[in-house]
Amino acid sequence: MYYKTKGYRIFSVANYIFLGVLSLLCILPIIHILAVSFSSMAPASSNLVGFWPIGFTTDAYVKTFGNSNFINSLLVSVKRTVIATVIGMVIMLLTAFPLSKEDLNFKGRSIYTWFFVFTILFSGGLIPSYILVQKLGLMDTIWALVLPGALSVWNVILMMNFFRGLPKELEEAAYLDGAGHIKTLALVYIPLSMPAIATLSLFTMVGQWNSWFDGMIYMSDVKNYPLASLLQTIIVQQDLSKINVDPSMLENVSQRTVRAAQIFIGALPILVIYPFLQRFFVKGIVIGAVKE
Amino acid sequence: MKEHTLETPRKGRAIKARQRWNMQRNWSLHLMLVPAVLLAIVFQYIPMGGIVIAFQDFKPYLGFTESKWVGWDNFKYLFLYPDVGQVIWNTLVIAFFKIIAGLVAPFLFAILLNEVRISAFKRVSQTLVYLPHFLSWVILGGILLDILSPQGGMVNKLVVALGGDPIFFLGDGTWFRITLIVSDVWKEFGFGTIVFLASLSGINPALYEAAEVDGANRFKQTLHITIPALMPITIVLMTLSIGNILNAGFDQVFNLYNPLVYDKGDIIDTFVYRLGILNGKMSFATAVGLFKSVVATILIVISYRMAYKLANYRVF
Repeated sequence: MYYKTKGYRIFSVANYIFLGVLSLLCILPIIHILAVSFSSMAPASSNLVGFWPIGFTTDAYVKTFGNSNFINSLLVSVKRTVIATVIGMVIMLLTAFPLSKEDLNFKGRSIYTWFFVFTILFSGGLIPSYILVQKLGLMDTIWALVLPGALSVWNVILMMNFFRGLPKELEEAAYLDGAGHIKTLALVYIPLSMPAIATLSLFTMVGQWNSWFDGMIYMSDVKNYPLASLLQTIIVQQDLSKINVDPSMLENVSQRTVRAAQIFIGALPILVIYPFLQRFFVKGIVIGAVKE
Repeated sequence: MKEHTLETPRKGRAIKARQRWNMQRNWSLHLMLVPAVLLAIVFQYIPMGGIVIAFQDFKPYLGFTESKWVGWDNFKYLFLYPDVGQVIWNTLVIAFFKIIAGLVAPFLFAILLNEVRISAFKRVSQTLVYLPHFLSWVILGGILLDILSPQGGMVNKLVVALGGDPIFFLGDGTWFRITLIVSDVWKEFGFGTIVFLASLSGINPALYEAAEVDGANRFKQTLHITIPALMPITIVLMTLSIGNILNAGFDQVFNLYNPLVYDKGDIIDTFVYRLGILNGKMSFATAVGLFKSVVATILIVISYRMAYKLANYRVF
């Protein structure tokens, strides 16, 4: 067998080391940030902290949660994630079901499909979308964050392919028993699609939580900023002019340990749902890939 | 003759009846599509109509109807404006290297991971490398600003320990481009391996057994079985990535760049944002955006056609 040869054994050891190092490289920056966030100010600002906190303290987190802007944004983020995921899933299911029918059984299906697919291929771009949201009076409301992305055509395509993979006999049986389309979707298709729905909800949640640009352009008042937008402003741009804290607090916000704590809290929800996500996403990608 | 006259109206009636039947049976399907159609019209198709401002000298207080029409002036300006050429070039360079590196790294990683026999190692490794894909560029931007800092950031501490001078990764144009490409590969290579690993698991083990019997060592097996098996998906990914040649990654660049690196790091999307939203030159920014959209759409259509022709791959 090839893996008993000496040459392969040497390769194998080198390979394990190489892959191990690469894998660690993906997580070490996050561990570093975590270590900094739990360190005391002095060792952190003189760059002594590696991957373990020096002078352990939760001071940075106390300061972070003492900042009303931060709490506000955290709530906006939670709100937008919940609302957008619920609305997004309802619309996705309602859209994917009719589109999963055969052209023969649902006249107009291909027109609808092209109508939606065209929006993937071409878009008006940033400025017209911005003017539209402004004209609709959505600025500084949560709907500016939810509605423009409520229809995800990619999700619809994935869901549609999943529906098509379900046995046709189930649908036929439902129709024979007198169920209409709406009942068939609600009582047959949706219960059978829970794994796919769970996967796509998690992906939608991650997308919503991470989304920062819409918050920055559609919200003029910083108290309406979702967390990702707030972090973009105070950590990446290091623009503290927008947040209204008294000067004594200003230092608390700009400290390295506090910045690290804020970054970590921003990443935490993703890290928490990641194990669940990972169980699904390989399957999820397969869902979309299998076609007849 | 008689038959003919009788047949036609009956056929017509049959079609009408069928249409009515189709409508009666499927009204609820149409109803289900109403929310999505409305959303698409409002948030996709109406903004597409908004591109008319690319042909106007749009003033928000005048609106679409009152603003002056200027024809192709904004597009002429596009090719005269000194920064635009550089911005397009930056976009192409950054996107090109990201695409290449973003294909090669997952390809190699998947092949190496395929040689791992300890399944726990494989699982842990996959868990770790997929993770950065799910973090946003805001979070990663914050982390990179910290670890790449020339004043004692982790990476520069390593550079100094190896005997170099601290590098200003985000303040020097050339280093900035390299940082963009490397950090993008770092974020996405793990997730990119998924498609390759899926193809690898589809290889018939009998091929390897036969090669073994014929005396091929593992390197030869990789060269003649594994790599050819990955070729179809690689060709698909390569062709589909043509459509991304104008996408250098707005989120990433926006979260990492600063005025010091505008000359080599500014890309079309960040340029449009600064010009349109911050400087209020909405018409010109829309023209630049439209130029990008049109080129990208053409490239996407071509690349999908090619993927279908070359590898029989269909997205829809």
